[in-house]
Amino acid sequence: MEHNGWRSGFSSMRANHQIDENGRLKHFLSIEGLPRDLLLDILDSAERFAPVGERAVKNVPLLRGKTVVNLFFEPSTRTRSTFELAAKRLSADIMNLNIDSSATSKGESLPDTLRTLEAMHCDMFVVRHQNSGAAEFIARQVAPHISVINAGDGRHAHPTQAMLDMLTIRRKKQQFKGLVVAIVGDIAHSRVARSEIQALNTLGVAEVRVVGPKTLIPSQIEALGTKVFHQIESGIKGADVVIMLRLQQERMQSSLLPSAQEYFQAYGLTERRLKLAANDAVVMHPGPINRGIEIDSAVADGPQSVILQQVTHGIAVRMAVMSMAIGAQATSGAT
Amino acid sequence: MNIDVNMLLDTLSEEVKEHLAESDRKEPLIIGVHTGGVWIANALRERLAIDDPIGELNIAFYRDDFSRIGLHPTVEPSLLPFDIDDRNLILVDDILYTGRTVRAAMNEIFDYGRPASVLLATLVERGGRELPIRADVVGTRLNLKASEHVKLLGPDPLRLELSKAKI
Repeated sequence: MEHNGWRSGFSSMRANHQIDENGRLKHFLSIEGLPRDLLLDILDSAERFAPVGERAVKNVPLLRGKTVVNLFFEPSTRTRSTFELAAKRLSADIMNLNIDSSATSKGESLPDTLRTLEAMHCDMFVVRHQNSGAAEFIARQVAPHISVINAGDGRHAHPTQAMLDMLTIRRKKQQFKGLVVAIVGDIAHSRVARSEIQALNTLGVAEVRVVGPKTLIPSQIEALGTKVFHQIESGIKGADVVIMLRLQQERMQSSLLPSAQEYFQAYGLTERRLKLAANDAVVMHPGPINRGIEIDSAVADGPQSVILQQVTHGIAVRMAVMSMAIGAQATSGAT
Repeated sequence: MNIDVNMLLDTLSEEVKEHLAESDRKEPLIIGVHTGGVWIANALRERLAIDDPIGELNIAFYRDDFSRIGLHPTVEPSLLPFDIDDRNLILVDDILYTGRTVRAAMNEIFDYGRPASVLLATLVERGGRELPIRADVVGTRLNLKASEHVKLLGPDPLRLELSKAKI
């Protein structure tokens, strides 16, 4: 497992590992290498699952009898709980395993943990890990009847977050063509940014901009199809979508950044700065937000913010991806 | 064989009216099953002069063949733009065959609420039931062999296509 997911080519070499012999999504590990039609399938499926959350009975029997394991090697509240809710709305059984605090601290190896879970007849692992490539590694280790969903691995990828952002953008803007999207903040350490850039370019937006201080922008990022800006004012000018990234507090301690106040001065999204973007620009944030560090409360709670809609869309997107992957298991080997 | 779908729709709506009157069911709501059932539901709503919009069911999440064929790649979501609690429903599909679609549709309906009653109306009823389900009202009954298929094409114009399976 390599730590720096930005430059390594491990997923581009094996991108098709996610797709089975019928072209269906078997694992969901990364946006990289997935065709546009498949991303649109995910969005269309999510649209069908979205109304389920608004009904009297908020679940459908689609994955009844299936067992999903949330395999979290890194703490998370939001992602883990929306995966859990998505599984429950599909009537699957779900088990949460926080590996930090269980088997590995007793010295069990990862392959042994996986074998143990397989012996419990699980159908899907949702994996969150601090190391880039961990989900891919696990997908290669597990028995063929198990699907793996990447819920964030190191700096590499967070594909369900990217797709829920795409759903939010499509609902607000109807189409991707012609859109200018600015991603602001700590690009270098962000798996969310990486997956978003890949999804936006696959779906065909006009321009993806990355905005942030030099210390937080990876050196070869233009190669992913982005324009680099170091000033937020020029970076968000005329943008249709502004995506603010969460600033991890530990970056400040590592001398990549000055203080939180200085960061807010230079890159915080305020109402005044937002006026530079398109009049109908929407503001997004993967959460949890640091008020007064990367975003002003007036913007986060303002009329252009779609931050809470992103959360709602996250459940629909995760329902879609889980159903597609477990559905692909049904047919694999059938043809 | 040429079947006039409009004539079948006339028959169907007359029979629905009669059935509702006999059982004293007032202010019915119509729910169609995607895709053909929605076409028939729209035609029925017009003939019965019902003001409420129709409901649309996409039963993909309730099918019993998910573990065999996976998720159906259809786009339209289910949409019931009304409260079904204590209402008289007319569940509409184009062709009643195995009964599995109706089973799935009934399960989905009850996840939206508890209707007072459900009347099943289908344009065509053919043999081949695999579940204990029958229609209350039908446009026509066709005697078809297992190797023969009937399909509703539409929406404009609606027409029935009969074909033999190629073996």
